[in-house]
Amino acid sequence: MRTDLIILMPEITLLVMTCVVLLVDAFSEDKFRKITYWITQLSLLLTICMVFYYSPDYSYLAFNGAFITDTMSVILKIVICGISIIVFFYSYEYLKESELLKGEYFVLGLFAVLGMMIMSSAYHLLSVYLGIELLSLSLYAMVAMHRKSKYSTEAAIKYFVLGALASGMLLYGISMIYGVTGSLQLTNIADAINNSAIEKIYLVYGMIFIIVGIAFKLGAAPFHMWLPDVYQGAPTSVTLFISSAPKIAAFAITVRVLVDGLFPLIDDWQSILSLLAILSMAIGNIIAIAQENIKRMLAYSTIAHVGYLFLGLIAGTPSGFAGSMFYVISYSLMTIGAFGMIILLGRFDLEAEKIEDFKGLIVRNSWFALIMLFLMFSMAGVPPFLGFWSKWFVIKELVDSGFFVLAVAAVFFSIIGAYYYLRIVKIMCFDKPDTMRAIKASQQMRTVLTINGLLILIIGLSPNTLMNLCLSAF
Amino acid sequence: MITLPEVLSLGTLLFCISVAGIFLNRKNIIILLMCIELMLLSVNINFIAFSYFLGDIHGQVFVFFILTVAAAESAIGLAILVVMFRSRDTINVSELDSMKG
Repeated sequence: MRTDLIILMPEITLLVMTCVVLLVDAFSEDKFRKITYWITQLSLLLTICMVFYYSPDYSYLAFNGAFITDTMSVILKIVICGISIIVFFYSYEYLKESELLKGEYFVLGLFAVLGMMIMSSAYHLLSVYLGIELLSLSLYAMVAMHRKSKYSTEAAIKYFVLGALASGMLLYGISMIYGVTGSLQLTNIADAINNSAIEKIYLVYGMIFIIVGIAFKLGAAPFHMWLPDVYQGAPTSVTLFISSAPKIAAFAITVRVLVDGLFPLIDDWQSILSLLAILSMAIGNIIAIAQENIKRMLAYSTIAHVGYLFLGLIAGTPSGFAGSMFYVISYSLMTIGAFGMIILLGRFDLEAEKIEDFKGLIVRNSWFALIMLFLMFSMAGVPPFLGFWSKWFVIKELVDSGFFVLAVAAVFFSIIGAYYYLRIVKIMCFDKPDTMRAIKASQQMRTVLTINGLLILIIGLSPNTLMNLCLSAF
Repeated sequence: MITLPEVLSLGTLLFCISVAGIFLNRKNIIILLMCIELMLLSVNINFIAFSYFLGDIHGQVFVFFILTVAAAESAIGLAILVVMFRSRDTINVSELDSMKG
């Protein structure tokens, strides 16, 4: 029992620190919100140290097999906390500028991070469900943060209803799997499927509902309806948060449930995921072309990226899963950079939401035009940026496993996708700017965004370090 | 004596009613919240039925967690509903269409 608690130390630390943030914020005045922000960042840093310090050398199951610590969970937790630190940094700049700076953002954000950490360690369907709900409930409230905006509240109610529907689907699937195998723990489920003669149809019936629930949470087509509206309606700081770290956590539970729990059904989930992947890549990349709002365009680009993320899982080999993990980590690095650019260009009274707000950026500020060019080239998959390698790894694994048609489709849709990313580069470099307004952002914001952009280039130049790290997880 | 298939049919029927309610309802968001609640409860019926017929306690424990989460979920849903009514003066589902594309 004592070792169980030690395994849980990072989560306990984060929970205690979240309560501290909540209390400090409740007793401080508006002009001291800075303190809340700094304690938030401090608690995330402390959590990262704890994850490092308490990482076991081998995988360890705690609490009757409900909670696992292994290489994958350690890496994902560090990445989730690291990405959240950058997200909170950008958000702080945005919230200060738009006078939305409230402590609730940070408290809810930390609870969401806690939910994501539980998701990446969940090894029991109950902990999967509780992790997802802790994350989603925090996100629903965060989307509604901008109370006076009618877009924000509309986005929140849409997200809430569809998110609750997804949880219901997931639960229905879990109840079926429980009924058939008599267990909720993932290894026991796998054993039950292997060792007893269960009618496969019941298992597949439950699994389909689970996959639908997870696909809703990830935003894979055809369960993507909430994503564009939520991205557009939510305050940019919240969109930034939703689009980055939660995808990593959702990837973690997909791997846990499908690979660790339902691996005997691999033929069935491979075909379901193939369908979802093709639809996501098609719908995401094609509809993104028609968008005028850049947040909405990035939402469709997320849908497409989720499609690519599935490709590594479909390959069904450890190196394929590692490819997917590489994909989701590099995707969240790119997406926070892109939303960071939107925050950088925005001002109190005017958000840089329209694609035309990027017109002639190269004349206004050539350095950040270059960073945006890095980000867009990387998302489109142009070598030598990070986005190229992530696509390359998953498609390579797909070809190695013999899914040629799917690989060809992936390449085809990424060519279509390149159009709308390169359109932004064209608008930025060759159109005349409407305004020569100087970019009004703090020095720290510029520095972090520059590091974010350069990181994409640097990791892209030597992708093997990150790839080896991902390979060590499986 | 009630058999497992009978209880499961009830659960599935309630689940279908709630999903249909979410998709067909065009008038009132409160009805949507009721449908969500019904959906979680129908899943609870499934869990308890399995738990009883398998002779395994885990399913009933799961039900307690679902009930708790459902309470938190409806609290947040109602809060969002109030905020929405203040900013738009309506809770009509068919008027939730200000974002397009």
